[in-house]
Amino acid sequence: MNTVNTVKSGNALEKPAANEWPLWEVFVRSKSGLDHKHCGSLHAADPQMAIQLARDVYTRRQEGCSVWVVRSDHIVASDPGDKDMYFDPMEDKVYRHPTFYKLPSEVDHM
Amino acid sequence: MTTPSISVKQTPAVQYLLRIGDTALILGQRLGEWCGHAPVVEEDIALTNMALDLIGQSRALLTRAGELEGMHFHEDQLAFLREERDYRNVTMAELPNGPRRGERPGDFAFTTLRNAMLATWFRLLWEKLRDSRDTELAAIAGKAVKEARYHQQHAADWVVRLGDGTEESTRRMRAALAELWRYAPELFESDAVDEAAAAAGLGPRWSDLREPWLADMRELLAEAQLEVPADSPFRSHAKQGVHTEHMGYILAELQYLQRAYPGGAW
Repeated sequence: MNTVNTVKSGNALEKPAANEWPLWEVFVRSKSGLDHKHCGSLHAADPQMAIQLARDVYTRRQEGCSVWVVRSDHIVASDPGDKDMYFDPMEDKVYRHPTFYKLPSEVDHM
Repeated sequence: MTTPSISVKQTPAVQYLLRIGDTALILGQRLGEWCGHAPVVEEDIALTNMALDLIGQSRALLTRAGELEGMHFHEDQLAFLREERDYRNVTMAELPNGPRRGERPGDFAFTTLRNAMLATWFRLLWEKLRDSRDTELAAIAGKAVKEARYHQQHAADWVVRLGDGTEESTRRMRAALAELWRYAPELFESDAVDEAAAAAGLGPRWSDLREPWLADMRELLAEAQLEVPADSPFRSHAKQGVHTEHMGYILAELQYLQRAYPGGAW
């Protein structure tokens, strides 16, 4: 379901039905030290319910040690129509990748 | 061909464990009836998660009861091959999911209120059982208390939402409370089984849980804008083996596979 706002559409893109619970995006941290990753969405009536249901729906196979939820309509996303303008110009700029350096072996995650 | 029933020696310690283990088993079975039928898919998963937690607790307790009983009955034998009178769950757990008998899956307000009442009771009980002199039971309690805390929070939030919600949800929550409240005394009446458990250091007298439970429930019901019902002289006795008319139907469903395919496993 796409109720995420884009820069152009603002809030007017899609209004959920009046009697439908709002949509929330769920982010799960799989273990301490790692970052929260988006893993899906769910419907819930309020923040507390959203956290509980996120726990029930997305962590029941030990996927996580922390969850975040955020109302989907509070996320602002880039417009898919802007994809060419936004992202294609980076295609031929290989010099922005640090591949011309020798990394010391002690540096793990670059 | 039929599978013969097993007969359990109901010593006080075995009864004490069966009362808790069977309550978890039967409530888990009731919650399982919601699978595929809950109001929203997220809650469907939440209810069945809880059902599986309860079945897990029951497995551990039935295993321990089987060891103490002396005949070394396996958890599956205890869960599936006893006669009705040998089940010792509290009556509240075996009531159908809604007051309209036989209507599946039932009433969501009734289900969540019962979950809140029993999860509060379980949580208090597990907290005490962590100090059991039976180290096996203490270990089971240490794991289960975490699950019960979540069950209690999840169910209590629903009680507040529905009790202090719309006209319809409030009406249903009031009706559920009027129906369920009279089954609460059974959770707190001590008998010889409790005395023996307390004397042996196995676990608390259930009567010790009454005051903290009432305090928690009063707070919850106040937040949900629900009035605490008056005490009733009615008493239920499933934990002594005297069940309601609903128990036989649950057991028919619960036991069918093991009776039809003895020893069947995943």
